[in-house]
Amino acid sequence: MSEHIVSKKVYYAIFAALLIGTALTIGAAFINLHNFNIVVALLIAAVKATLVIYFFMHVKYASRLTKLCVALGFIWLFIIVSITMTDYLTRGWFTYVP
Amino acid sequence: MKSAISQQRFNRDGEPQTYLNNGHGLRSWFLTKDHKRIAMLYLVSVAFFFAVGGIYALLIRINLLAPNGLFESDTYNRIFTTHGIIMVFFFLVPAVPAVLGNFLLPIMIGAKDLAFPKINLLSWYLYIFGAAFTVIAVIAGGVDTGWTFYTPYSSTYSNSNVLLAGVGIFIVGFSSILTGLNFIVTVHTMRAPGLTWFRLPLFVWANYATSLVIMLSTPVLAITVSLLAIERVAHVGIFDPAIGGDPVLFQHMFWFYSHPAVYIMVLPAMGVISELIANMSKKNVFGYKLVAMSSLAIGVFGFLVWGHHLFVSTQSVYLGIIFSFLSFAVAIPSAIKVFNWTATLFKGSISYDAPMLYGLGFIGLFLIGGMTGLFVAAVGLDVHLTDTYFVIAHFHYVMVGGSLMGFLGGMHLWWPKMTGRMYPEAWARAAMVIQFVGFNLTFFPQFILGYLGMPRRYATYPPEFQVLHIFSTAGATILAIGMAITICYLIWSLKKGQRATPNPWGAAGLEWMTTSPPPTENFYETPVVTWEAYDFTVVRPEDVTGMAAE
Repeated sequence: MSEHIVSKKVYYAIFAALLIGTALTIGAAFINLHNFNIVVALLIAAVKATLVIYFFMHVKYASRLTKLCVALGFIWLFIIVSITMTDYLTRGWFTYVP
Repeated sequence: MKSAISQQRFNRDGEPQTYLNNGHGLRSWFLTKDHKRIAMLYLVSVAFFFAVGGIYALLIRINLLAPNGLFESDTYNRIFTTHGIIMVFFFLVPAVPAVLGNFLLPIMIGAKDLAFPKINLLSWYLYIFGAAFTVIAVIAGGVDTGWTFYTPYSSTYSNSNVLLAGVGIFIVGFSSILTGLNFIVTVHTMRAPGLTWFRLPLFVWANYATSLVIMLSTPVLAITVSLLAIERVAHVGIFDPAIGGDPVLFQHMFWFYSHPAVYIMVLPAMGVISELIANMSKKNVFGYKLVAMSSLAIGVFGFLVWGHHLFVSTQSVYLGIIFSFLSFAVAIPSAIKVFNWTATLFKGSISYDAPMLYGLGFIGLFLIGGMTGLFVAAVGLDVHLTDTYFVIAHFHYVMVGGSLMGFLGGMHLWWPKMTGRMYPEAWARAAMVIQFVGFNLTFFPQFILGYLGMPRRYATYPPEFQVLHIFSTAGATILAIGMAITICYLIWSLKKGQRATPNPWGAAGLEWMTTSPPPTENFYETPVVTWEAYDFTVVRPEDVTGMAAE
């Protein structure tokens, strides 16, 4: 099986980007954005995770089948999170009057 | 391709070369990388846990002989929890994939082994390691939460060994994941030349679909058990409302694994039934492609129905309606399978040997299990039936009537291939009939009990339910006798059974084109497949009779 050789420059650049992401996460924690605190933290985490998966885990250079497998994991994560959240969103819509 | 008989090779003692005599002693078994030997290790392990789980089932039934129960309520809680945990995680989930799948999947696709033989062995060790934790939990006093570990009781209030059992389940989950990963990679990369996707036996399709479900769902079980442990140990509010958590979140996460787990248990058994029906009626499975695709459809839809376990929780009514609709929809691919198996029988050359009896038993019992599933998928009716014996009867018709019948049918069909010996046919048929009668006598009264309002997990009940409970206990006893007969004659046949020919059933499939038992490398020459699945014209008469052609 052929291995894709990634230059060290790319690794260092991604490493730097991850450090910046960490600094941003810490910085954002000191600013009160109310409901958006969690949104911002998750957004930064998602970007960092994407970088790790794409470059450090070599998914950028992998076959389409591998990319499909990775995507499948996230689609399934979306299913559990979205449907569970739908429950919380719609629970209050119905009030039982005896 | 040459017949298996003509390819047979012999070792220096003049014995046929098989995977069983290639190496002796415990070391050769416990360090083996041969998928067939690992399958046998799994067989012994799951058979042991099945027996233990069965004994706990009998204890439940003995307790329910009298309205006031024979055990303390707390003891009874621990008994039914142990029964559930052992049967679900240590028997039903691994039984068909880890035993029959491990043994047959590489042979069915013409490969020498699975893609990752060492990981395959690791999966068995993880199973044993996880099982050890659970056994310790049981010996230390057991768990009293039910196999579903509902919070906040399990995370906050229970004084039993929740953590130990949780660790065991966490570990055994990884054993499943490794098996699933191995199957997926093997099917993608190691099929014999000419063996296209739509020439694969339906057992391979079923195990492939199961592996996808395992890979996508089991990590959620690990996460859920971990969160439960964090709340129990560190009192972080996740599921307990008293400290800011939500117990229904646990139910969402638990059933996101555990409902697909039902399909992990039954899909491989459905694959077995496809093989049984085709080979025992000597016909290609009617609508082969649709049956193959229905496995994948069940796998995907199975992920979208978990909320039907939460109808009477505080789950949103609107979401409940959607889950109800989706639960009805998942019945469609299951029905496709049942209809197509039945259509396959039409004008087939049917034999009523034990494997076929199990196959027919599966169809009847799974039909009842599936149809009563529609009852409990209906929101309004489920409000009445939730947590009653109706649900117990429903899922035992699916799990025992489905998965166990499939497992036993498969064991009988491939027993000659796995061991090189025939089992005694008359005993096997008798045992199957005894099990069938015992099973129905055990669980049919439970439908009535549940409808009348008998709740599950109660150690005592009003006296008017006693007659039905006695029927049920009598059935369980008959079922246990049937199982004991099967275990006895299978062990007996290992030494005394008639030697099997390469293809004693005249069946189609690559596993019947090698010797019984197969050599370590499965085939001496890599098969080149030029025929469709279930093409009985390629069956070699000499492999059926065991006599070399003139």
